[in-house]
Amino acid sequence: MKTRRIDNYGKINRDKILSFRWDKKNYKGFEGDTLASALLANNIGIVGRSFKYHRPRGIFSSGVEESGALVTIGSKDRRDPNVRATTQELYNGLEAFGQNAFPNVNFDLAGINNYLGRFFAAGFYYKTFMGIPPLEWGKGTAIWMFFEKFIRKAAGMGSASGLPDPDTYEHAHDFCDLIVVGSGPAGVAAAIEAAEKKLDVILVEQDSLIGGNQLAENDFDNSQIKNQLENLGIKIMTRTTAFGLYDNCVVGLLERVTDHISAPNVNIPRQRFWTIRAKHIIVGAGAIERHIAFNNNDIPGVMTVNASKHYLNRYGVLTGKRIVIATNNDSVYETAHQLSEAGANVTVLDSRTNFEIETNKSFEIRKGYVPYNINGSKKIDSLDISKSETINKSETINCDQVLLSGGWSPAVHLLSHRGVKPKWDYNNACFLPSDTKENITMVGSSRGLWNKNDCIASGIAGTTDALNRLGISKTNYFFPKPGGWKNPIQPLYEVKYKKSRSKSFVDYQHDVTTDDVRLAHREGFISVEHLKRYTTLGMANDQGKMGNIIGLSLMAELLNKEIPEVGTTVFRPPYTPVSIGALSGRNVGKHFRPLRVTPMHQWNIDHGAKMIEVGLYQRPWYYPKENETLSDSYIREASTVRKTVGICDVTSLGKIAIQGSDSTEFLNRIYSNGFSKLQVGKARYGIMLRDDGIVMDDGTSWRLAENEYFMTTSTGEAAKVMSWLEELLQTRWTDLNVNVTSVSEQWAGVSVAGPKSREVLNNCVDDYLVITNNNLPFMGVTSTFLKGNIPCRIARISFSGELAFEVYVKSDFANTMMDLLWANAKKYDGCLYGLEALGALRVEKGHVTAAELDGRVTIDDAGLSKMASTKKSYIGSAMRKRGVLKNNDREILVGFFPTNLKETFNAGTIVCEKNNIKGQGIGRITSVTYSPELGHWIGLGFVKGGLDKWKDTNLVGADPVRNKQMNLKVVSPHMIDPKGERMYA
Amino acid sequence: MIRINCPYCGERDHSEFSYGGDATINYPSLDASEKEWTEAIFFRKNIKGFQFETWHHSNGCRMWLVVERSTVTHEIKSVKPCHPDLQKVVENNK
Repeated sequence: MKTRRIDNYGKINRDKILSFRWDKKNYKGFEGDTLASALLANNIGIVGRSFKYHRPRGIFSSGVEESGALVTIGSKDRRDPNVRATTQELYNGLEAFGQNAFPNVNFDLAGINNYLGRFFAAGFYYKTFMGIPPLEWGKGTAIWMFFEKFIRKAAGMGSASGLPDPDTYEHAHDFCDLIVVGSGPAGVAAAIEAAEKKLDVILVEQDSLIGGNQLAENDFDNSQIKNQLENLGIKIMTRTTAFGLYDNCVVGLLERVTDHISAPNVNIPRQRFWTIRAKHIIVGAGAIERHIAFNNNDIPGVMTVNASKHYLNRYGVLTGKRIVIATNNDSVYETAHQLSEAGANVTVLDSRTNFEIETNKSFEIRKGYVPYNINGSKKIDSLDISKSETINKSETINCDQVLLSGGWSPAVHLLSHRGVKPKWDYNNACFLPSDTKENITMVGSSRGLWNKNDCIASGIAGTTDALNRLGISKTNYFFPKPGGWKNPIQPLYEVKYKKSRSKSFVDYQHDVTTDDVRLAHREGFISVEHLKRYTTLGMANDQGKMGNIIGLSLMAELLNKEIPEVGTTVFRPPYTPVSIGALSGRNVGKHFRPLRVTPMHQWNIDHGAKMIEVGLYQRPWYYPKENETLSDSYIREASTVRKTVGICDVTSLGKIAIQGSDSTEFLNRIYSNGFSKLQVGKARYGIMLRDDGIVMDDGTSWRLAENEYFMTTSTGEAAKVMSWLEELLQTRWTDLNVNVTSVSEQWAGVSVAGPKSREVLNNCVDDYLVITNNNLPFMGVTSTFLKGNIPCRIARISFSGELAFEVYVKSDFANTMMDLLWANAKKYDGCLYGLEALGALRVEKGHVTAAELDGRVTIDDAGLSKMASTKKSYIGSAMRKRGVLKNNDREILVGFFPTNLKETFNAGTIVCEKNNIKGQGIGRITSVTYSPELGHWIGLGFVKGGLDKWKDTNLVGADPVRNKQMNLKVVSPHMIDPKGERMYA
Repeated sequence: MIRINCPYCGERDHSEFSYGGDATINYPSLDASEKEWTEAIFFRKNIKGFQFETWHHSNGCRMWLVVERSTVTHEIKSVKPCHPDLQKVVENNK
């Protein structure tokens, strides 16, 4: 195969040959190539198939705006779909595949869609598959979802690997005074000016080389610029895209660290997601050349003019031999000249009739001509041209390439992220950035400047603007006026094809044609936002960088309006696609979220605990003996607690130290029950309400001294309660002398529960007299020592309903405490028990947890009315009986038994009346367990009207999710030892 | 990313903070009527422009702050401690 590479052109390193594979065949390129330039050099014209019609597509551009050459890079778990070949740097061993084609891009069976094109117009899928006329059978989402699978397969992009991503990604942060986006002449001038004025500057460039569009110039050498920037201390970030601007001058960037390396060091992240906080942002993001819509304007061989200049001067690839350039502006003539010098036969069609341009006559200029139709399918055979005044085929030119320039669109995307709408400039036929109050300045061709000297001047002006806004200087400055061409541009968006069934593409990537825009108009989708969504114009991953303006201009013409009246859609981040891996960074797998473990975590595991997640905490779930299942294990553990003794890690409870002379008053205000008379050395169970009268959390507070309390909260609400207490003290009750400190991490806690618990503790404490029933009665608190001189706090608190103690030691002593307690518990045939057994024990007792206190329940609903003091006011007291909260048919906490005691049920079951099984029923079951004590399944939950109303009625538990139904009866939630005789023992 | 200039810690990303709510509410006394509490809890102005709101520096110094922020542009005019005594301390140290 003949190469298109030509001698003496380009900045590639011809000494370093790279091998790569394209669609399973071997090719060669050079260091400095992109995949696109290497494919072009190897004379490969077709690199993909289009989205809907499966038309062969080639390479349209040389940059991020690429909407044709989307390929898949790599294989197996490193398969990366939808990569723009134009920005993918070539490396040795690179493996790339064409997409959306079977068996391959050269011969694609689905190419038949091209001939069915009239059926595939905008909205086709929705109209057809969301209900098929005339019968409209299957109308609705089900039928759509059925067809969607096939549509997705046929209309598509590359597919993801479906395997875990083997690469690592990093998040990184930086600060600076000024961040400059883009290293073209404007950006470089701005950066240098700022660094000379002593600003701390970061210069960002998405390309591997700095220089911007100067890289397309044959005599450009960036080494001197690079030295100058580095000597000034400017941090240069190449291969880094500023993909989004956010509030307060925060910039999101993606650095591609190893995407250009064949066998990267595994210790280096593939990509780095940067958050840079600057004081000012200068955007010199350049401008993007537009194409022109005319029939078959997508045949491989069509390209923007600027792209062919890049391929010639940067990569040494002459993209065509007989080239026709179609334009409406002055920007193409230097390229035309250079292409003809490089050996191509060049013809320029300029839609303008009246203009002067200096050339050396090495190529022909056809004034007043426009492209009309391309003949060919997989490659260009010839171009039909037309006079721009009377659109009709006038003659045919034999050619192998058509280069287009329909004008230039400044890259206003980043400014648009800040909600700044661009304004239309009639003279230059493009959207220009508007001014903003934020510290963002647009420079260079992204503010519509077409020549280099203007760009440099704007860069310096931009930095002066930044210095002024930062209050560093007060210097006058002015920006050059937009434009810079000798002859004005003549708007040219579409050359209308006279025959029916034209394929004039506006958005190449999503196969949106000019006819689709007209169809959208006919069907009433005339707002740009509707146009976009109905036709999918600009919704592909190039975000309409090339084609959007053409679509807008067509809609404006159809509406008899001007483009600014039609408006433009808002560009949103990211400017170019950002991989999900980079967004998640290191927060994957085990690091997806923080893991909290108790200080005896390893001890628990060493003693056979199976763990369960509770919020961020890992808690012991159950401690199976040999061959025991979960239910075998928890039933044994719960029975052991009721019979002898059990030990349970309760460290995950929130713990707050409350100190200060107003501590008692503070607790008295936040708890619904009274705390003013709690003696030193006693603990009390308390309930906190929210302002609106709903239960927030429950827990205990221990009075350790006159002005010192130790509060425990539930595991799940610990952080919320802490913030709440701080809020009250700092915003509402600023006169209270109280200090709150979270000590959750400082103390390790266990519950020692069961009739033998005191005997176990007797052997563990220094002085057993402190825990006798007299010295430590129910709800008593003491600070004492465990054997070995370990300071501890012990409270006689019971969640299980048995005689029980909570023992807290400083976290460092956790393992010692566990060893000590466990050695003694074993003497009484005790056990270690986990959350499942804890749950069984508390359900038997009717004690509520987060499953019941779900943020909808009042203190009365929870059956805890006696916990609501009538002698004082507290948070929520005014609101707890408001409106609906005082209705008689509120759902009240009850216990449930299956009528047939052999049956089981699940949490989530809906409770219904026998002959009225529907909707939300009359209640719900929130917690269930097998009760070892009672010998059957029991549940806790809520039912309208409570126990009194349904005491002797047969109810039905409906569990449609699990396809289950059972008869239920309502019982008191206190299913065991209702008088609490065991606790007081 | 909103940047909040915490009077104790300096300028930080908003991700270090938790949003509280309207900072201008005068919560009634605990024994006030249901009506007064209803007003305080449920009725809010939907301000377009600058408003005073509380933020908790939950991943920082744990202080509650009054932030004067524009609901349109996220521009922040002022940041003060909620606690009046601390406000005075911060003012005096300026």
